[in-house]
Amino acid sequence: MAELNRRNFLKLAGAGAAAAAVAATGCGKSENNPMGKGGTLELPEGEMTYRTAKNGDKISLLGFGMMRLPTKDNRSARETDADIDQDMVNSLVDEAIKYGVNYFDTSPAYCKGKSEAALGIALKKHPRDKFFVATKLSNFAESTWPREESIKMYEKSFKELQVDTIDYMLLHGIGMGEDGMKVFNSRYIDNGILDFLLEERKKGRIRNIGFSYHGDIAVFDHALAMDVDWDFVQIQLNYVDWKHAKEVNTRNTNAEYLYGELKKRNIPAIVMEPLLGGRLARLDNKKALAKLKQADPSASPASWALRYAGNPEGVLTVLSGMTFREHLRENLRTCSPHKSLSQQELDLLEDVAQTMLAYKTIPCNTCQYCMPCPYGLDIPSIFVHYNKCVNEDRYIDDINDPEYLKARREFLIGYDRSVPRLRQADHCTGCNKCSPHCPQRIDIPAEMQKIDKFVNFIKKNEHPNEGAI
Amino acid sequence: MLRKIRIVLAAIFFVGITLLFLDFTGIFHHWLGWMAKIQFLPALLAFNVIVVIALALITFVFGRLYCSVICPMGVFQDIIAWFSTRKKKNRYRPTKAKNILRYVSLGIFALLMLLGVHSIAILIAPYSAYGRIAQNVFAPVYQGVNNILAYFAERADSYAFYSTDVWIRSIPTFVIALVTLIGIGVLSWRGGRTWCNTICPVGTVLGFISRFSLFKPVIDHDKCIKCHACEKRCKASCIDIDAKTLDSSRCVACMNCIGNCKKGAISYRFASPFAKSAVDETSIKTVKSEESSAEEKQPQASVEPEKTVENTSDRAPVSSARRGFLLSLPALAISAVAHADDKTTDGGLAELKPRQNPDRGEFTLKPAGSRSFKNFSTRCTGCQLCVANCPNGVLRPSTSLISLMQPEMQFDKGVCRPECNRCSQVCPAGAIQPVSKAEKNSIQIGHAEWHFHSCLVTAEGIACGNCARHCPNGAIILVEQDGPDGKKLQVPSVDIERCIGCGACEYVCPVRPVSAITVVGHEVHKEV
Repeated sequence: MAELNRRNFLKLAGAGAAAAAVAATGCGKSENNPMGKGGTLELPEGEMTYRTAKNGDKISLLGFGMMRLPTKDNRSARETDADIDQDMVNSLVDEAIKYGVNYFDTSPAYCKGKSEAALGIALKKHPRDKFFVATKLSNFAESTWPREESIKMYEKSFKELQVDTIDYMLLHGIGMGEDGMKVFNSRYIDNGILDFLLEERKKGRIRNIGFSYHGDIAVFDHALAMDVDWDFVQIQLNYVDWKHAKEVNTRNTNAEYLYGELKKRNIPAIVMEPLLGGRLARLDNKKALAKLKQADPSASPASWALRYAGNPEGVLTVLSGMTFREHLRENLRTCSPHKSLSQQELDLLEDVAQTMLAYKTIPCNTCQYCMPCPYGLDIPSIFVHYNKCVNEDRYIDDINDPEYLKARREFLIGYDRSVPRLRQADHCTGCNKCSPHCPQRIDIPAEMQKIDKFVNFIKKNEHPNEGAI
Repeated sequence: MLRKIRIVLAAIFFVGITLLFLDFTGIFHHWLGWMAKIQFLPALLAFNVIVVIALALITFVFGRLYCSVICPMGVFQDIIAWFSTRKKKNRYRPTKAKNILRYVSLGIFALLMLLGVHSIAILIAPYSAYGRIAQNVFAPVYQGVNNILAYFAERADSYAFYSTDVWIRSIPTFVIALVTLIGIGVLSWRGGRTWCNTICPVGTVLGFISRFSLFKPVIDHDKCIKCHACEKRCKASCIDIDAKTLDSSRCVACMNCIGNCKKGAISYRFASPFAKSAVDETSIKTVKSEESSAEEKQPQASVEPEKTVENTSDRAPVSSARRGFLLSLPALAISAVAHADDKTTDGGLAELKPRQNPDRGEFTLKPAGSRSFKNFSTRCTGCQLCVANCPNGVLRPSTSLISLMQPEMQFDKGVCRPECNRCSQVCPAGAIQPVSKAEKNSIQIGHAEWHFHSCLVTAEGIACGNCARHCPNGAIILVEQDGPDGKKLQVPSVDIERCIGCGACEYVCPVRPVSAITVVGHEVHKEV
């Protein structure tokens, strides 16, 4: 807000007026609104909302995602190479369990492979019946497709997690890869790994089997049509993806469809990306933020998104990667207990989603699955900078725009600040090793070249009206 | 009063010229760029007749005002001398003119310049020597402070400052700048303007003119009480009260003597240039006795070239080693690229191997506006002004012996951007002549050579085409060729007629340490 210029002010004022109109109709001040919870430092003990799994497990609506663990340099392990802050992990897990969280979700791939071990250490002192542990068979790399390699990965998870049974086991990210179906078959079917896991469920080493899905919808439909008794399925669900996943990226599928298919089959859904990698918590789009704040000044955008994700009855738990204690506490308050959304509130969130979609940002959640880029690009950082500029109206390609020069300077300086020059978009070779790993199915090379073209354009046009020079 | 005016003017020029070397944003050049262009030697090399005649005329009329006001090296010495003498009473003593040393030094300088042995001659070119000190020693400090401000600006979400790379562009040039700084520092600390009146070729030329200057400080021996106050303040050591002489060829018109004479016995006024100067006789008589002290100074001057030679010979083997490197590339190229198939966990950044600059052939790359390798080499005084102003880290001093300190282009840090013509705007010596941005983009300074044995496409069958995507002139065409396993490959091919040698392809090429497409310099720059 420090740089509130006339342009932004008008936008904000407009957004405020629109939101005020919505509020006047009564939508923002419904009885279900968690007003009064926000702003308080108290943590509600024993009020967590639980949902029931197929086998009767009572699972907390808030699930702890272990993909963005805290590190010693005060950032999430997604963003830095620093060591995981194990003491902090222990303490966060302790607090989560104390206030009713009992579902912990990890993977052998997370945090450069260190997530499982960190979770194992943190859970060790807690009685085994106090928590459910979920991990995945993350055999993305071709070298791990052979049966024995995959089994090795599976067995390693027990050791890292220091448990004898895995409560929830997932096939990880099916539908991903350039040819989603082929990759799915190679990873789980041809090598007999799915049968092996089902066998393990019979033996009791695994208590529930499901899969997480990103990407090719054919694989999702195929998996559900298979003769397998899925205990649960993990899908991406939030107020943007419910109706607009396809709008953001034509290769993606709306959560409304995914959830509907599960509901038909009575399969509980586990929700991932309820906050879109934090993008729905830190709303860079100021218009959208103004609408939410207008409706309820004391509620955070994160709490709205979390309530939304937990709203459908068929959702078993909502996973949130909580790096900092305030993330955890905020989420604990939202889910203790969870307050379902009224129709007006649902309408508001749909309106917010549409406001956000008016800005053509790249739907990157900085999950880092694409990394490392073999040519050294820092893909997520490039997208983060680009999105920030788009959301803050600093992406201006009209040299006659009165704000052009200022926007140009800020885009270029900010670019160098966020990404070292040798890791910027101009070094993308288009090899496309990244895109198959992207859960959001972003055509990364195409976006890189688009950004590079824009950068080149504004670099070249130092002054408006200089045109040809 | 005259002294105060001189000090104010000198301060303006000194700060202005120093800023030209420190500022990397290009803002100051707009206003102060002319300060570099009126420097004597660069103007002479640029055939800037008006400036040279004007400077000669000013010297003929007013004496060596140039040395006192315009020359940054002169003012820099005054600053050091002021620090060393401000608490001393007897600051300076008269000395005899070392004319043989002066003219020999000037002669050698002129001869080396004419022979094209610039790398040694320009060591003693005053403005350039100062430029090297400013760019190599002062600029990093300035940039460091800027980066601290940028650090805080970033945290305050401000774009007022942005950080810049602080790096030593060439070790030999850095060492030379340091040695020059120490040498000049010692000389001026001990004897004020010693360097200007012994070694400096510009000082000698202007001293020759000022010998006959119309206005000069004149001592009225009737008023003089022989207190020697003027002598003690003369940093050029050119006043000898006992001998009743004031050597106007060494006098830099600083006016310190006038300001310090309590009896008003010295005045700056018209004096007939043709009245026989008493100095000439005395100086000739005493030349012999001076020779010994002249020898003392000489080693100071010769230290620098020797060190230069050492340093460059250290570096010489590198280029031949590079050539060998080029041949062994295919194997290295493979290891230069991390394999995404090995990826089992998420995140992290692939390590970037440092770039090595390729062999650019006999003619290293000179910026557009240089006209030709020869024009550039015979005019550049190695002042580093273009290097200091290159926003893309392309220009840096050469390390080869023959063109030592003269800039050349490399593309490991950036590209010679189409919208930038700053080096051509700042060069005071005519080594890089002004070109418009449109002209710059049609001047061919070199051309790109593609290396099939290291190119990702031909060596590994990986689709790339990044060079073609980034060529501003469309000079790289992707052509379909059959790969070894029958796979169709999109292979880059350079259209030499359209290539201008900007280095965009070389910079964005993913192959490391040496790019698979490299720019080779041209002897003569032509329009495409």
